[in-house]
Amino acid sequence: MALRTNFENSNEVGVFAKLTNKYALVGIGANENFYSVFESELTDVIPVVHTSIAGCRIIGRLTAGNKNGVLCPQNTTDQELQHIRNSLPDGVRVMRIEERLSALGNVIACNDYVALVHPDIDRETEEIIADTLNVEVFRQTVADQVLVGTYCQFTNKGGLVHPKTTPEDQDELASLLQVPLVAGTVNRGSDVIGGGMVVNDWVSFVGQDTTATEISVIESIFRLNDQQPDKVTGDMRHALIDSMVA
Amino acid sequence: MEYIPALQGTVGRILCCQCGVPIEPNPTNTCVTCLKSQVDITAGIPRQSVVNFCKGCDRYLQPPTSWIRAELESRELLTLLIKKLKGSLADARLTDASFIWTEPHCKRIKIKLTVQKEIQEGAVLEQIVPIEFVVQGQQCTDCQRVEAKNFWKSVVQVRQKVKHKRTFLYLEQVILKYNMFENTLRIGPTQHGLDFFYGRPQDSRKLVEFLQQVVPIKYKTAQKLVGHDTHNATYNYKTTYHCELPVVCKDDLVCLDKKLAAKIGNMGQLLICLRVTSTIQLIDPATLQLREVDGSHYWANPFEPIASSKRLVKFVVMDKELLRTNDRNHKAGEGKLSFKHQLADLYVIREDELGTHEDYIHCRTHLGQHLDVGDEVLGYDMKNMNCNSEALDGMDGNHADAVLVRKVYADSRRRTQLRKFKLRRVIEYKADDDDEDVQRMEEELEEDPEFRTNVNLYRNPDANFSDAEDMPKVDLSELLESVNLDDKFVPANF
Repeated sequence: MALRTNFENSNEVGVFAKLTNKYALVGIGANENFYSVFESELTDVIPVVHTSIAGCRIIGRLTAGNKNGVLCPQNTTDQELQHIRNSLPDGVRVMRIEERLSALGNVIACNDYVALVHPDIDRETEEIIADTLNVEVFRQTVADQVLVGTYCQFTNKGGLVHPKTTPEDQDELASLLQVPLVAGTVNRGSDVIGGGMVVNDWVSFVGQDTTATEISVIESIFRLNDQQPDKVTGDMRHALIDSMVA
Repeated sequence: MEYIPALQGTVGRILCCQCGVPIEPNPTNTCVTCLKSQVDITAGIPRQSVVNFCKGCDRYLQPPTSWIRAELESRELLTLLIKKLKGSLADARLTDASFIWTEPHCKRIKIKLTVQKEIQEGAVLEQIVPIEFVVQGQQCTDCQRVEAKNFWKSVVQVRQKVKHKRTFLYLEQVILKYNMFENTLRIGPTQHGLDFFYGRPQDSRKLVEFLQQVVPIKYKTAQKLVGHDTHNATYNYKTTYHCELPVVCKDDLVCLDKKLAAKIGNMGQLLICLRVTSTIQLIDPATLQLREVDGSHYWANPFEPIASSKRLVKFVVMDKELLRTNDRNHKAGEGKLSFKHQLADLYVIREDELGTHEDYIHCRTHLGQHLDVGDEVLGYDMKNMNCNSEALDGMDGNHADAVLVRKVYADSRRRTQLRKFKLRRVIEYKADDDDEDVQRMEEELEEDPEFRTNVNLYRNPDANFSDAEDMPKVDLSELLESVNLDDKFVPANF
């Protein structure tokens, strides 16, 4: 399921939120609308954490994370770090890393098993990413853009990449990530995929401008419809009928 | 080592963000159809506009005030039409423009513009937009003036108080050659000259300045107040330039008083006018003394002819004796002598008295090299001529009995038949009596190469090209290819 929302009239949902399979981080805005959307959808399942990073609300661009951990930049305050650590479920490691490219959300794109990183990232950072997030790390570009976190978004089910990514690059990335990829857009033709949406294995939040076509692409590649009750019963029925016929 | 070009990757396809059609990625990531339905870069351009056209003079209004003549589907017209749209084209880039054909009488002009505009960074959209102009009639200011019978602001009155029109015929040719008819609104022949009407005083001043270079003239200006505006102190005048031409013409006989003759180079008193161009050229037939009198000198001491070419009579040469230059008397300060003429002593008799007596008139002439015994020659019969001139009276009959002016070649009808050139005429005189003057002027042009330097001669396609007869001719190489000589005068602005 993909939901349209906006943060104080900005369509760049991915800038102000970070969504994983275990938790969601949401920036502190002037009002609670944005937070409410996340909360109403996720509160029964995973914690939705209000936080800032280094006093900024652009937490989606500053942090990187998956179900195993979350990485915060060097300038995150101790208080913020403590708050995040307290709010997240057990088993999610919180790590502050010293990295020159401090907008970690822009330079790291990851799911629970694989991460793509900016080619210029430090070797130590790369190791920390691998240890903290428990992923395999690949230095990559997407459509010749080094900011892989900005221009692609992928989960354990699938991924959306920059519209100019060639089929060859898509194949290469897909074989690294072991998920199907598709080139696409969000927010009515915007190629800033990472900035325009957040997604995990069962839900996605996209900018208010995202068109129906874009949503259908997103839902199909991230397989967000699989979790619908009728889908489950439908699948079950097929299985039952198959077994009965057999 | 060799250069390996960068590999051209294949381009993937994405879905158009609006309609879901697979497209190649572009800066908007939208298909062209959706983009067109969404943004209209030609929105600011009016699809219909108006262009004003004056049907009196076939000109289009170029705002704010100028009127431009332009053919249909011409570059000038396209420029004018695009200028009308300029304000609305400001933020789009015009890359192409052309006409769409329309029926010439339908009062519609259609043009096709190709405009480009950047709709977002890196995305330039190009669109073709047809624009229809409705041609609306509007009388231009010049035509309005003509309609209101109030069209001239300035007039040049050129006057010459003589009986013939040869000078004006010549002036017409000179003005034609130097294209001075531009901006003339109307040319009105009057009894003793021509009136040239202009819309602006500076045009008439231009003509006066031109005339000053061509003929010795004297002019006066006058202004008449037509109206004025007290609020901004503007005055509306009608200006008149009155130009007077000297009465002396080619072939006229001039008798100067003694003092003046001495003053202009110690000439004889009885002189023949050879030609009038920017100066009056006088020759003393008895001594070959040549004198050019320019405008300022002429108007300081104007002189009148005692006889003009109407009074020429035919003489027949009975005897001739050439004089060598050494043989004649030299005078102190005699000035320039003519090298084109030769002095001769002739015995002549009036043609109508030929055979009645043998009392031949002796005269000394400058036409020595042209005349032979038996030739006919035109001259003034001083013995029998009645003229009112104090200067001539002062000579006490101490002058030649005949003054010869020019040789008579074949009769003028024959010469007209054989003429190879034509003149372009634009001024129509009321009476037809200028035929004789035209004929005479054409003969003068044949006889005098210097006279034709300011005149365009056109080849007469109907002429008969036999060169047999002995008469002055214009060489074919001097003639211009004929234009359509029947074109009547159409002032440039109309």
